[in-house]
Amino acid sequence: MLNFIDTVGEAVAGIKDGSTVMIGGFGNAGQPFELIDALMDCGAKDLTVVNNNAGQGDQGLALLIKEGRVRKMICSFPRQSDSWHFDAKFHAGEIELELVPQGNLAERIRAAGAGIGGFFTPTGYGTTLAEGKETRLLDGKWQVFETPIHADVALIKALKADGKGNLVYRKTARNFGPIMAAAAKHTIVQVSEIVPTGSLDPENVVTPGIYVNSVVRVDSADSNKKVA
Amino acid sequence: MSTQTSIQTSEKPLGRDELARLVARDIVPGSFVNLGIGQPTLVSNYLTEEQNITLHTENGMLGMGPAAEGDEIDGDLINAGKIPVTELPGASYFHHADSFAIMRGGHLDICVLGAFQVSATGDLANWHTGAPDAIPAVGGAMDLATGAKDVFVMMTLLTREGVSKLVEQCTYPLTGVGCVTRVYTDKAVFLTGPDGVTVRETFGCTFEEIQELVPLPLKKV
Repeated sequence: MLNFIDTVGEAVAGIKDGSTVMIGGFGNAGQPFELIDALMDCGAKDLTVVNNNAGQGDQGLALLIKEGRVRKMICSFPRQSDSWHFDAKFHAGEIELELVPQGNLAERIRAAGAGIGGFFTPTGYGTTLAEGKETRLLDGKWQVFETPIHADVALIKALKADGKGNLVYRKTARNFGPIMAAAAKHTIVQVSEIVPTGSLDPENVVTPGIYVNSVVRVDSADSNKKVA
Repeated sequence: MSTQTSIQTSEKPLGRDELARLVARDIVPGSFVNLGIGQPTLVSNYLTEEQNITLHTENGMLGMGPAAEGDEIDGDLINAGKIPVTELPGASYFHHADSFAIMRGGHLDICVLGAFQVSATGDLANWHTGAPDAIPAVGGAMDLATGAKDVFVMMTLLTREGVSKLVEQCTYPLTGVGCVTRVYTDKAVFLTGPDGVTVRETFGCTFEEIQELVPLPLKKV
């Protein structure tokens, strides 16, 4: 069921304490800042957040972590020059970290959306990140069994949605959007523009509307130009 | 040693830019290449138009151009190091799972990575020092190391303390097993594989001097 919602606050209102929330974006590109701010305001806590990073600077996901709303991060690259809020929580033992190689993170999210129960991959074989996991010799290579990452909610950012919820993205801001949209039970998308049904070329639709539950237009002229 | 059998090709050790130029020269024309964050990024400065190299960035793009400047800067167009970049004609965008399928599926010809250590059999350690208080961060390093057809490492041969980073066995946590095919350093280029380590050329020192620095048996090319 697809809904067009007037405000980001209403869009995230149903997110409950203890939810697993996928948040799109790689660094700041594609990060749905307005939806994250609304999630902060709605007060949901004890969250497990899936994102490539663990917040940058003093905005978006970094603030959610600072305010102690995030119980666990599942990500590939938490440590950055400006990840001070995550760093502080991690050193204080106040946040759990599941570190996942980036391609495994993407493929585990994809697997969830595609109904795949798990897969074998050579990535990580022989490393500490594969410890305790099942391994098999397949096609002459040692491979590690990885399981899907499901989520209750995905918060993502796209450039445009049409009346059917079909999405197109912008440049490298696409990153995790399409796979998170498919992996979550409920996908909330912030877009810069809602266009009439039929005005997106069906050949160019990136995320079909079947994966989208809520669309909210965010009126920020510079939303796609935020400096990385 | 007679000049004919010498593999010394430079009077001095190579600087970072000279090494980047050498790596760029060795990339086969028409290749699809991923350049890691840091020193490997310098390689792009020396790729020529005639080489027709397509650069991949794992956040979801093929056909990446040079760093963006001034009005070109666009927060939606960044590379894996989160630096604003540009797109070249013929560029394409794709989502993260497709981007990693490009490397995991063996479609990339070469990736160039930095390293803490490389072992005699091509094991790579470049993601974590193993220090107990360090926050681990892996990013795409493990996928690149196991996915690309060729993995080139760029590093100084010695640590600041003068210890060889080319080692019998890595002591830092591994990124990938037996994945490195070439090691470009300021003092020499090494070829790694199941048959051991071969020195292709040396810079500012002889083969024998390199052998004294590196604690494993080396072969001449």
